Amino acid sequence: MKASSLVMLRRNFKHVTRNPTSVFNAVLMPIVIMFMFVYMLGDAFSVGVDYIDYATPGLMLLAVCYGLGGTATSVNSDMTKGIINRFKVMDVSRGAVLTGHVVSSVVTNLVAIVALVGVAFALGFSPKAGFLDWLGVAGMVVLLATAAGWFTVALGLFAKSPETAGMAAVPLVMLPFFSSAIVPAEKMGPGVRQFAEYQPFTPIIETMRGLLNGTPSSSDTITAVAWCAVIAIVGYLWARSLFTKRA
Amino acid sequence: MTGRAVTVVPMTSSAIAVSGLRKSYKDKVVLDGIDLDVPAGTIFSLLGPNGAGKTTTVNVLTTLTSADAGTIRIAGHDIAASPREVRRAIGVTGQFAAVDELLTGRENLQLMVDLSPVSTKDGKRIVGDLLERFELTEAAGKPASTYSGGMRRKLDLAMTLVGSPRIIFLDEPTTGLDPRSRRTMWSIIRDLVAGGVTIFLTTQYLEEADQLADSIAVLDQGRIVAQGTAAELKRQIPGTHVRLRFASEAELDTAARAVAGSTKDTEALTLRVPGDGGTRSLRALLDRLDEHSVSAEEFSVHTPDLDDVFLALTGHATEVTAK
Repeated sequence: MKASSLVMLRRNFKHVTRNPTSVFNAVLMPIVIMFMFVYMLGDAFSVGVDYIDYATPGLMLLAVCYGLGGTATSVNSDMTKGIINRFKVMDVSRGAVLTGHVVSSVVTNLVAIVALVGVAFALGFSPKAGFLDWLGVAGMVVLLATAAGWFTVALGLFAKSPETAGMAAVPLVMLPFFSSAIVPAEKMGPGVRQFAEYQPFTPIIETMRGLLNGTPSSSDTITAVAWCAVIAIVGYLWARSLFTKRA
Repeated sequence: MTGRAVTVVPMTSSAIAVSGLRKSYKDKVVLDGIDLDVPAGTIFSLLGPNGAGKTTTVNVLTTLTSADAGTIRIAGHDIAASPREVRRAIGVTGQFAAVDELLTGRENLQLMVDLSPVSTKDGKRIVGDLLERFELTEAAGKPASTYSGGMRRKLDLAMTLVGSPRIIFLDEPTTGLDPRSRRTMWSIIRDLVAGGVTIFLTTQYLEEADQLADSIAVLDQGRIVAQGTAAELKRQIPGTHVRLRFASEAELDTAARAVAGSTKDTEALTLRVPGDGGTRSLRALLDRLDEHSVSAEEFSVHTPDLDDVFLALTGHATEVTAK
């Protein structure tokens, strides 16, 4: 018997490569947005540093979020089209289907982020991060992608149809705009500012921003890791329970 | 698949044994005490209209949903105690063709091979054999999203057969198929049973149960209201009768007087004689006509079809057309 998680992962990769829309949304869309903000709007924002240096960490998080829509849709289509039930009545590890989706979601996110950072360098991105800082950034990205991946898998299982699953991921795509990703939270209007300061993405972005700047902040990092842990645990438990219940 | 020695683990002759199965969702009772026994190597059909509880029964018997009460043994294994052993013995083809649309036909089958304990070498052969057997070789390299409804169902069933399951559950395998694809599916199902497999089939088509099943259980509102062979079910209800057609009205009148309990139709020159359709009562009827020196032009025995049976058993029609 081959490891069923690997079989599932291979299946998910085939899906990604055969579905151009998901590749576009996950990989190209964040780059398009980067061009838009950095070239068209960047000069209008005064953030104290080069805008590309300010925006890249936020756009990295945005790239993770853009990949999640595809994950939610594909999990849901597996559920509604009976594929998950097909696997459930086979003698196959029950976690394998979901793990396959989470891992392929994380890998898609990483590909998108590598591409995005590559483009950022071409646009003049000049981080001051050392090797350990970069390692920290990578760790933060993997942690975020895994946590958001489990949560999105649960959303996908919860939704009634692939269309509503796509909709369920929209808040995740919108959330970065209401964080310090594009502009600093203190420049926002009242209400939105408080929301931006306290929502989970802000400490995650600030952690990456600090690391890339060579000035990591431990308080941001602790908050960010705690948020990721909470999202991961809630997402994982919710996904497991939906997976067992829905037939 | 073909030619493999059939070694059945020592078990009782029942492939599926269910007693007292109950299942409710919230306060809605879906299955209200189901008892079933399916001997190995036979086709069993669970017949019922939409909403009768057929899919729920399949879901419980295939470990997808747990029962609220009752004992279930599949291939000799208790479903609650050893679900993994049950999963190893069964194959399931659900109501909707569960094929991966982004994969090709061959990749779909290969996926099943990769997830089963079949070795890579055997896997390759099995995939090739199944594609050929289900006439999918030509389409094997195309994505399943391009397949017709009939092809999808065939691919779905082929995927189920990869692990050579001894017991196969088919939940409405021909719903939505055109008549030709339906016949193809029927002949595939018959071939499977010829190979020693046990089939548990749900259907809302009376003809399908009549055509395929060794034994039929009629499910209505979560209860089994009748069980037996198609012929037994038909005999359970009154309505079997012999119809005699005569050459002249005089003969018809003579016959009508001779046979007690008969009703005549002067326009069609036919006489309708109630009976159980058995040879004894037939002989008695023919002797009676002989005694009165009348002979019929035409003779036929009419048994009610399953539609009549369903109506008589449940007090309401099957609503098979109301889909």
